[in-house]
Amino acid sequence: MPTLPRLRTSGGPCSEPPEADTGSPPAGQGPSVVARRRLDVKESVLADNSFKTVALLCALAVLASVGLIVFELVSQSHLSISKFGWRFLTKQIWDPVAEDFGALPAIYGTLVSSLLALVLAVPLSVGTALFLTEICPRSIRTGLSLLVELLAAIPSVIYGLWGIFVLAPFLRRYVQPFLGTYFGWTGLFTGPKYGIGMLAAGVILAIMILPIIASITREVVTAVPRQQREAALALGATTWEMLRMSVLRNARGGILGAVILGLGRALGETMAVTMVIGNRPEIAKSLFAPGYTLASVVANEFAEAVGNVYLSALMEMALILFAVTLIVNALASLLVWSITRGMPSRTLA
Amino acid sequence: MPSRTTNAISVRRKLTNGLALGLIGLAALLVTVPLFLILGTVVHNGITELNWAFLTQLPKPVGEEGGGMANAIVGSLMLLGGASLIGVPLGIGAGVYLAEFGRNVRGNVVRFTCDVLNGVPSIVIGMTAYALVVVTQKHFSLLAGSVALGIMMIPTISRTTEEVLLLVPQTIREAALGLGIPQWRTTVSVVLRTASAGIITSILLAFARVAGETAPLMFTAFGNQYWNLKPDQPTAALPLQIFTYAIMPYDQAHRQAWTGALVLISIIMITVIVFRFVASRGMMKGAD
Repeated sequence: MPTLPRLRTSGGPCSEPPEADTGSPPAGQGPSVVARRRLDVKESVLADNSFKTVALLCALAVLASVGLIVFELVSQSHLSISKFGWRFLTKQIWDPVAEDFGALPAIYGTLVSSLLALVLAVPLSVGTALFLTEICPRSIRTGLSLLVELLAAIPSVIYGLWGIFVLAPFLRRYVQPFLGTYFGWTGLFTGPKYGIGMLAAGVILAIMILPIIASITREVVTAVPRQQREAALALGATTWEMLRMSVLRNARGGILGAVILGLGRALGETMAVTMVIGNRPEIAKSLFAPGYTLASVVANEFAEAVGNVYLSALMEMALILFAVTLIVNALASLLVWSITRGMPSRTLA
Repeated sequence: MPSRTTNAISVRRKLTNGLALGLIGLAALLVTVPLFLILGTVVHNGITELNWAFLTQLPKPVGEEGGGMANAIVGSLMLLGGASLIGVPLGIGAGVYLAEFGRNVRGNVVRFTCDVLNGVPSIVIGMTAYALVVVTQKHFSLLAGSVALGIMMIPTISRTTEEVLLLVPQTIREAALGLGIPQWRTTVSVVLRTASAGIITSILLAFARVAGETAPLMFTAFGNQYWNLKPDQPTAALPLQIFTYAIMPYDQAHRQAWTGALVLISIIMITVIVFRFVASRGMMKGAD
């Protein structure tokens, strides 16, 4: 949509016409009308200003929410921060009885499960986005994009339920023996095959972030000018060469943004991961082993945590999670903005 | 000679092209597989226990057959209602600010903060609501759950509202202002009304997004085996109940979890499909 220049002046442009009328009051009505109109103008200026203030207050509520999140997390985790300091980030101990806590296994689990999810989800979702925008016949586009959107609408607790009872047994029976036999030498696929573990968490997260990456990639790919494609095709490029040379190359910054946004979502995902990752605060090289993530530690233990240090340590976990996702999301937003700037973002389509 | 080289290259290029396009199509196909698998499993496992008792009765004690999730369904609806009371006015207000007064640095700050808030993990918002409401009130409550979900609704509604308000043609605003209508009346009665279908869909979108949230309710609404209609008491919620039952080691509990999942997913899918339907009918019905 082209942005039209705004014709608005402060205080409301409606103040002009009544003033212009005052020069020639309608016959038989006299100056009382003028006075009344002046009053109307004053009232409407007042109303305009209060309307603007109300809208501003609503906008400030957004800032206030983020401010409150930061404030509450910092103030509640104060105890843990002052007791453990930076060592909290590098310790492997998780001992509620001795009130000694370290976040390293959870940080490790969060990063590994999210990266695994990206490895699985990025090719699939970028492929889907390209298919939807560039290749797919118009007739199935709407249906297919609705399906991808519905995938995003499934609640994470249902992903978790499905993960426990369908995905984990499937991984245990078919996928893990295969990986163990043929790729066991990498060291990533060794040890007992529970089904539940880091691998299951990665797969579930991959499914959950697919729609986000796909929809933002679609947005960025659509923003690539049509001429770029036509130029490549006119030089005799095949469809794939056109996609590679003009579409993907031009959109790579935005696609990177989409991937990072997906990463942000994966890092903070709680329920599905808690249900399938196995919840053991240990660092293991094998992806078959159970792990723990920042979000799942909090989800699992907060309700039962006793003692101020324990609660505070969990709050600090949430603070770390918040800080990490904040950085990741800010980075992604900037990347996506720099690509789609000037275009209305299409979260609706 | 040269013609053969060209030919060889073009065969290779054709093969690469075919392979790449095939892989892209395969990716799109693979993405839809989990959706059908998940929906299929939920319907298949959930439908057996779906009956009137499930929708109208309280949960039975562990190990007993029967029982339902009536309190959780009502609890979820009340939580969503409370969340909407917080999220909808603030979200629309912020959206109006962004669209009508926010074409400047201040607007960009708000916009960026919206994106940040949108990306905050739901469990972190739950912890904040815990610290904010539960710690002050000294017990878990429906109110705390509503606050958590309400905060989550704000960014979705405000950004979508901004988008649909910007779709309203500038000429309509100018026409209204030209008639001497004050700006606030123009925004409320002309612009917002024109975009009302779009705003309703944005509310549905936010609703669908928070309806399935479990993490922010764990330490706020907390869950309850009995009825609760009071705002300052812990309350049951459908996603929480599904989670509780899913991690119990009983078959009966698992069956109940699947049925709960079926009910929850139906509520959300209907909302999303209604949203798509309204959206495809045109945001801008009033503007034509």
